[in-house]
Amino acid sequence: MSGWAELDEFLSTDPRDVGCDEALRLLHLYVDLLVEDKSGDAATRRYAGIAAHLRACGPCREDFEGLLHAATERRNETDQDERS
Amino acid sequence: MRRIEPVPSADPYLGAQGTAGLPPSGGPAGIVGRLDEETRRWMDELGGTGPVRDEALSRLHDLLLRVTRAEVARRRGRHPITGPELDDLAHQAADDALVAIVAKLSGFRGESRFTTWAYKFAVLEVSSKLGRHFWQRPTASIDVEDWERLPDRFGVAPDDHAQRLDLIGAVRRVVSEQLTPHQRQVFMALVVDDVPLDALVSRTGSSRNAIYKTMFDARRKLRAALVANGYLGDSTTKGAAGGLGMEEQE
Repeated sequence: MSGWAELDEFLSTDPRDVGCDEALRLLHLYVDLLVEDKSGDAATRRYAGIAAHLRACGPCREDFEGLLHAATERRNETDQDERS
Repeated sequence: MRRIEPVPSADPYLGAQGTAGLPPSGGPAGIVGRLDEETRRWMDELGGTGPVRDEALSRLHDLLLRVTRAEVARRRGRHPITGPELDDLAHQAADDALVAIVAKLSGFRGESRFTTWAYKFAVLEVSSKLGRHFWQRPTASIDVEDWERLPDRFGVAPDDHAQRLDLIGAVRRVVSEQLTPHQRQVFMALVVDDVPLDALVSRTGSSRNAIYKTMFDARRKLRAALVANGYLGDSTTKGAAGGLGMEEQE
């Protein structure tokens, strides 16, 4: 995909997009759901507007990926502590 | 780690619902979720006093620093900072995140794990600080309109001269005719000059949400115009009205 198709993708907007403020306000809840259910079904179902926003907003997606990485790592650590 | 004193502060990123204050002793008055064991321990210790609280703050700072260090490393290649300056930025981000967490602790309602909530502050601090650093680059500028860069942004091959000219001409025309001056300025900075959104936030004193909203409206307008002019195909789902729950603003 290049040129017009890529431009079309970039200009397309999703009416469910909640914007940065709302997405960041709830980002920790969205991430916790994703850590619980890696399929992402529960998180996307419950927070469709956040999922739509993260598809379109590079900076928020960057923050989301960082938080998901950190939260997943923490969950692995606490799970390991509980087992030992 | 510097000493942390709670400061009152309003914040849009607290959680799903409004704030509810913890009592001075740190009891779970505002908690609505069922707390996991680690979260309960954090709330007890951070809500306490004396050495228990100090030790908890120190442990939390260590965790935040680990997150900010990992985060600046994960974003390597997307920012120009390296070496000691990068580690200094990670330290500053962890320090500031801890200050913000202490100030907003009463707003934590237990709807997520405490560490996920706290880590969000660390990640957002890294974003904000990297955004400010963008302008220290000698080449950083939003004063030059270089439309030649636009086709690269959308993956048009350098030797596809016809498509490059076609795309520049069409977009430039609708940008000039359809967008408000403010929308045009934001479009030029983000899309043509490839300025990171957080860097534009830092330069203009606006917010990420406000700039995103401006760009959201601009994208909708531009797509509608390009469809009307026959450059893009129509679609009932793409470019639909609405979104963000806000009316268009000039």
